Amino acid sequence: MKAIRILSRNIRDSFKSVFRNFSLSLASISCITITLVVVALSIVLSFNVNNFTDMVEKDVTIVTFLKVDIDEAGREAVLTELKKLDNIEKISFESKMAIADEMMEANETYKNIMSDWNEETSPLQDTYLVKVKDIEQIEATANQIKKINGVDIIKYGEGMVEKLVSTFDLIHKICYGIVAALILVTAFLITNTIKITIFSRKREIEIMRLVGASNLNIKIPFIFEGLFLGILGSIIPIAATIYGYAAIYDRMGGQVFSSIIKLVKPTPFVYEISVILVGIGMIVGMFGSWQAVRKYLKI
Amino acid sequence: MNLIVMQGVNKRYKNGVNAIQDLNLTIEKGDFVFVIGSTGCGKSTLIKMLYREEKPTKGKIVVGGLDVAKLRNSKVYKLRRKIGVVFQDFKLLPKSTVFENVAFALEVLGLPKDEIYHKVIKVLELVGLKHKAKNYPNQLSGGEQQRVAIARAIVNGPKLLICDEPTGNLDENTSMEIMTVLEAINKLGTTIIMVTHDRTIVKKMQKRTILLDSGRILKDYKKGKYVDESNKNTK
Repeated sequence: MKAIRILSRNIRDSFKSVFRNFSLSLASISCITITLVVVALSIVLSFNVNNFTDMVEKDVTIVTFLKVDIDEAGREAVLTELKKLDNIEKISFESKMAIADEMMEANETYKNIMSDWNEETSPLQDTYLVKVKDIEQIEATANQIKKINGVDIIKYGEGMVEKLVSTFDLIHKICYGIVAALILVTAFLITNTIKITIFSRKREIEIMRLVGASNLNIKIPFIFEGLFLGILGSIIPIAATIYGYAAIYDRMGGQVFSSIIKLVKPTPFVYEISVILVGIGMIVGMFGSWQAVRKYLKI
Repeated sequence: MNLIVMQGVNKRYKNGVNAIQDLNLTIEKGDFVFVIGSTGCGKSTLIKMLYREEKPTKGKIVVGGLDVAKLRNSKVYKLRRKIGVVFQDFKLLPKSTVFENVAFALEVLGLPKDEIYHKVIKVLELVGLKHKAKNYPNQLSGGEQQRVAIARAIVNGPKLLICDEPTGNLDENTSMEIMTVLEAINKLGTTIIMVTHDRTIVKKMQKRTILLDSGRILKDYKKGKYVDESNKNTK
């Protein structure tokens, strides 16, 4: 009961203190707000890029064209060799006739040309569609497939996939870098705000010590103050994320440029981001004030 | 029964000044003791060690059963809850009322509101300031401000009240008013140690008086035996 009374007093005091040094608090809150807006943007970007990468990765297939004159036994031998490779997720077979049917269905002109082709006369090639487990290893896997006896040529969008993946990776890294730098600056600003609060409450702290308040009791209000600054600073970014992202999603119809690049659905995505934002705000706030307490509150 | 025991206490500051040297002193529960001496004789250091603002370099200090010298920083609050401290500059919170200033001492200890209210009103009555409970410190005279500080120091019912020049900023009449309040508190059983420059008060009150010089006890006058020898011993 006593501990609860002391805690509620501490919370009340720290809340009061946020408004007592309002101009300073506002500076810290603004900094947290800016940081968290950038964090939110980074997360939104990062998740969507991840989402897109996942989709691309799922779709990347090494199309393995077999030699035109390959027979049943040859196809089986290639399949056995393919199964021996490590980085293989799934293998499916598409016969030259199936491909011809597909093409004829899609285009009337093809139909006219291909309609009298048969197994013997078709110039098309049987193919194995190979999906890989790790897209970063795709080049190595492709090279291994190329060497298999019976394989004619392979296609997998050479170079493009790797470039895409490494570009996304770079975007991630830049986002993380900016967020880390902003978090550091914010923590530093909060440390300064709390430092000034500590100096402005010097007399109060002195009296608290004299009347027998424990060290923890003296320190806790400042930690709470940092926590409040963090929470207050996360309000605008959270609102912006919840309403802003939903608006963007609706406006763009859930995709960017074409149906290939799909956006992550707003629910529960925006709420997950909100939890992350308030969490970061609280941690940065508490960390900043803890630094100030550690450095400037000598008890 | 002894409330304070100091044995072989030395205090040497980092700058090399020996503030207290081989000091032995016992103070009984319920005593009223003056500590006098010229500036720099170690009076303030002596009482600062009692409420553990300073640590002795050597020796043993026991206050109310707590070994002050061995007390860790994080446990100092346990000692502070047993003692009240009053200063020359009152140390009041300017933006809080008289009531709030006194209540502050109990709030930080987590007492319930009802109990705080009753204790504060009772102690304000004792120092004669109940009618000014809603005033702010800047609306009070120096003597009244000091009485608020005293009220705050004793509201938690400490065994020991340490007063560091409480009348230093006050005129003679007001000083005597403060002394009357302190004597009343002492009669209720609180031990009082008061550091002062004001020999007139010491002479009038005739309490046990310890005269310090260069960090050592020069004289320990028993109750009713104080004679002002300031011209002979100190400046």
